Amino acid sequence: MQRHEMVSIGAGPAGLSAAIEAAKNGVQVAVYDENDRPGGQLFKQIHKFFGSREHRAMERGFDIGKSLLEEAQSLGVEVILDSVVMGIYENGTMNVMVKDHVEEVKAEKVVVATGASENMIPFPGWTLPGVIGAGAAQTMANIHGVRPGKKLLMVGSGNVGLVVSYQMLQAGCEVVAIIDAAPEVGGYGVHASKVARTGVPFYMSHTVKNARGETFVEGATIAQVDKSWKTVAGTEKSFDVDTVCIAVGLNPMSQVLRMANCKMAYVPALGGNLPAHDLNQETSVPGIFVAGDVSGIEEASSAMIGGKIAGLAIAYYMGYMEDDLFHEQRDKLLGSMRGLRAGPFGEKRAEGKRMLLEAMKG
Amino acid sequence: MRIAEHPILGPFEKGEKVQFTFDGKTIEGFEGEPVAMALRAKGVLVHRITSKRKEPRGIFCAIGRCTDCVMIVDEVPNVRTCVTPLRQGMDVRTQKGKGQVTARE
Repeated sequence: MQRHEMVSIGAGPAGLSAAIEAAKNGVQVAVYDENDRPGGQLFKQIHKFFGSREHRAMERGFDIGKSLLEEAQSLGVEVILDSVVMGIYENGTMNVMVKDHVEEVKAEKVVVATGASENMIPFPGWTLPGVIGAGAAQTMANIHGVRPGKKLLMVGSGNVGLVVSYQMLQAGCEVVAIIDAAPEVGGYGVHASKVARTGVPFYMSHTVKNARGETFVEGATIAQVDKSWKTVAGTEKSFDVDTVCIAVGLNPMSQVLRMANCKMAYVPALGGNLPAHDLNQETSVPGIFVAGDVSGIEEASSAMIGGKIAGLAIAYYMGYMEDDLFHEQRDKLLGSMRGLRAGPFGEKRAEGKRMLLEAMKG
Repeated sequence: MRIAEHPILGPFEKGEKVQFTFDGKTIEGFEGEPVAMALRAKGVLVHRITSKRKEPRGIFCAIGRCTDCVMIVDEVPNVRTCVTPLRQGMDVRTQKGKGQVTARE
């Protein structure tokens, strides 16, 4: 059996930040990731982050990914790839599938930073080759340098839909329209304006009616929806596209947490069924911490801060940090997090986080 | 479909050029890139045909989660081509249904 003081599950921004913060304070850390390369979704983020400098504004996601990996390496954090954590059992025992065999791993503290998966909406033709997740489009163009298609329709105007639309333009694709069933654009104005300036039309209160084609997508039809989300006859518009991208939100990948009996709560504003956790990111099961999208769908910036808090708390609980120093550093991070959750977009998420904190008590 | 020069990322780092077969036909790709990417770059969109309704399926999530892109690779069915690195001489075939193990021609 492999033994570690701390294990992060997921080598994305949250898992790596937790590992770095704990290792900085002397904790021995290993990070497991199911992918063959680390960084989670950071290496697909080719846009500049914004906010303030402490949130790494003006840096691009892939550069942040590189610097996190370098920092983790320099601190002696072991990053183990191609490894799926299949379950967390009592006392921090885990079964990990490493390539083609299963290993037993034990950690005193575990940070679950498994991220999220994409939501989908079914419609006639949605299984045709050419209907893809927005994440797939991003992976293809930004990691592998292959365009997902020539002309595409983006379904969803949240930040993912907006950012990926712009990235597809950068990749040399044509984006015929961004549509959303909601009456207003879901994402930040700064992202929406950037795409709108390139001339991509937005159709709000519109849904995708179908994708058509024999063996792959050759076109798609959209239609307006009324207040009860029903399509309005006669409002159909057709596009000759070879790709339909779906960007309709994310869903936390909390399977291992539910298996480990962590108390869950339903918070739609943060993406659905989520683990209750305290201010130190610890769940209802002592020793299991959460950070990043699995603890509530937000952004890489908040994932990194959440990870840092979990890492600090672990160092503190394991006796590597003095009381005063821990509280000083943690409170600074909590303040920084409050900054990210300010404003009309952040307020709902802040409220959601309060519900998750409340769920710890009940 | 390949992006020659990306405005932000510049040129993409790729492995050696390799040859592999798709349904018996020889095509080119880059070593180490996912099989699905090499296929997409060559215009191959249909990876498999479903068992019951005989419908085509292709890349959907591109990160190994949805299993829509599985094919028969080197005689092994149900291989997720979006996370399987391409190698010289690979035998990649469209999977029909559950993908019985097929012998090389």
